[in-house]
Amino acid sequence: MAGIPHDHYEPKSDFEKGMQKRLPVIGLLYDTIMIPTPKNLNWMWIWGIVLTFTLALQIITGVVLVMHYTPHVDMAFNSIEHIMRDVNGGHMIRYFHMNGASLFFFAVYLHIFRGLYYGSYKAPREVTWIIGMLIYLLMMGTAFMGYVLPWGQMSFHGTAVITGLFGAIPFIGDSIQTWLLGASSVGQPALNRFFSLHYLLPFLIAGLVIVHIWAFHTTGNNNPTGVEVRRTSKEDAAKDTLPFWPYFVIKDLFALAIILVLFMAVVGFMPNYLGHPDNYIPANPLATPAHIVPEWYFLPFYAILRAFTADVWVVMFANWISFGIIDAKFFGVLAMFGAIAVMALAPWLDTSSVRSGRYRPMFKWWFWLLVVDFIVLMWVGARPAEFPYDWIALIASTYWFAYFLVILPLLGVIEKPDTPPATIEEDFDSHYPAKASGDAAATPAE
Amino acid sequence: MSQAEDYQGTRRDFLYYATAGTGAVVTGAAVWPLVNQMNPSADVQALASIRVDVTDVAPGTQLTVLWQGKPVFIRHRTGEEIQSAQSEDDIVETMPDPDARNENINAASLATDENRTIPSPEGEGAGAWIVQMGVCTHLGCVPLGDGAGDFGGWFCPCHGSHYDLSGRIRKGPAPRNLDIPPATFVDGTTIELG
Repeated sequence: MAGIPHDHYEPKSDFEKGMQKRLPVIGLLYDTIMIPTPKNLNWMWIWGIVLTFTLALQIITGVVLVMHYTPHVDMAFNSIEHIMRDVNGGHMIRYFHMNGASLFFFAVYLHIFRGLYYGSYKAPREVTWIIGMLIYLLMMGTAFMGYVLPWGQMSFHGTAVITGLFGAIPFIGDSIQTWLLGASSVGQPALNRFFSLHYLLPFLIAGLVIVHIWAFHTTGNNNPTGVEVRRTSKEDAAKDTLPFWPYFVIKDLFALAIILVLFMAVVGFMPNYLGHPDNYIPANPLATPAHIVPEWYFLPFYAILRAFTADVWVVMFANWISFGIIDAKFFGVLAMFGAIAVMALAPWLDTSSVRSGRYRPMFKWWFWLLVVDFIVLMWVGARPAEFPYDWIALIASTYWFAYFLVILPLLGVIEKPDTPPATIEEDFDSHYPAKASGDAAATPAE
Repeated sequence: MSQAEDYQGTRRDFLYYATAGTGAVVTGAAVWPLVNQMNPSADVQALASIRVDVTDVAPGTQLTVLWQGKPVFIRHRTGEEIQSAQSEDDIVETMPDPDARNENINAASLATDENRTIPSPEGEGAGAWIVQMGVCTHLGCVPLGDGAGDFGGWFCPCHGSHYDLSGRIRKGPAPRNLDIPPATFVDGTTIELG
């Protein structure tokens, strides 16, 4: 794998030799774990492991929670309270699962912005990027459906709002919404099927994670310089890389341990900090909570959904050019999904010849502005839709699209990038100079 | 190319297409039930009409009932409310949605106050009763009633849609007036929905 020359698995014992002939699974695992990894990876390269761990955490705690949960409109809320009060350790398992979703999105956003800064999406890693975006979409679907299951006020009315998004599609929207809900309104059919899909989708995510890893193991990891590992010979490759095991596994596990300390602090001392109190009120179809706000990880895209109201000129123009088919409601839905679509298209929108943002002096500024923009969108998504928040949301949404559709393509033309180092080894040695005591090859163990 | 070879090729092509076509039809036939099972089931569709006793709904108050899983607002309007709603009939053409959205009358009707209300029972003035789905036409939240919002009617707290005393959308992101379900007085104090 990886196209990087390195030593492959050699079966030693008779058992291993026999297995290798019949089912080469040990060799597959060995080559996956021992993959040559650029030795200059920094601390932003830990999120993949954090995400893999979190997926496992969510699946395991989820399977356990299902043993006590009842997907029925009359019993769902009470079964959650049953888990919280009666099931042995149930409150802790549920708090792990609830906050695990937040950890999942926290890590995935850092993972995505890492990729955006270091150009990890660029050729030849477009397939890895696209699979990652699919995983992200599935994560959002899974998280949304999971939030419905406790059948509290936010669950119920959030479902009405989110499935209402599909109702905004011209002509067929109402039929699609009815099909999704299994009724003309949110009720038992919706709860039942969301439960089914909430259980299914994480396994699809797990499958895509394997393909995601397979894809970047084929191209090799990106790294902070964006310079490829030398593939000229095994010796050259060895100067740029270290095997994943043990060097990076230990580093990643150390990072994971620190992150889990913070995670445990949240789960143990402030488990409801990121939730909404309204969801501890049983669902009531007759009263909508005063403020319907999605979970924090959906806020940036929720802000984009709300930003494009009927008095914005692009919306009026879209309405006019489509003979009224695209109204403000549908435009908002298109903008929300479009915001993710333009991110998925980044590999083809970025025209720069240099991969890593570290060597792109103008790109850096625009990138950090995008990070600020994302945080602003997250903040404004939780505010009521009134002045001045509506204007802030509109400006921030516009920048999100401008970054991908205008700035990324233009920068490649007008920016004069710095010269990246020739090799990863050169970059590494400039950070960790070789010791004078004849220790020519700097050891990364320090 | 001889005729015989040509003939054999054609027959083989035919078999390919026939097999692929059959496969596509069989796959479609197998997938459709899996898709269709998600549509509303028979018992959900069978939720027919309900009768609501409105004896206790005094003028100036509102009753919310659940019909087909959705809230329905039944408001008994005071004379002042009726006058206020009717006084804006002349600007109905300039409102965001000029259509009546009333299932009891012609779909092309204008959203005048008369077209938005249901015929009153005997002994009561026209326009006293307005029956609407309590579902915001934006994204389906339940609007607040009893004079909420800038136009004295209903106000949706989710995304700020303002409806007037006739349930007409006046301001905010909602695209349509509040929908009016099939509703009639079957006697002096009972409304039938559906």
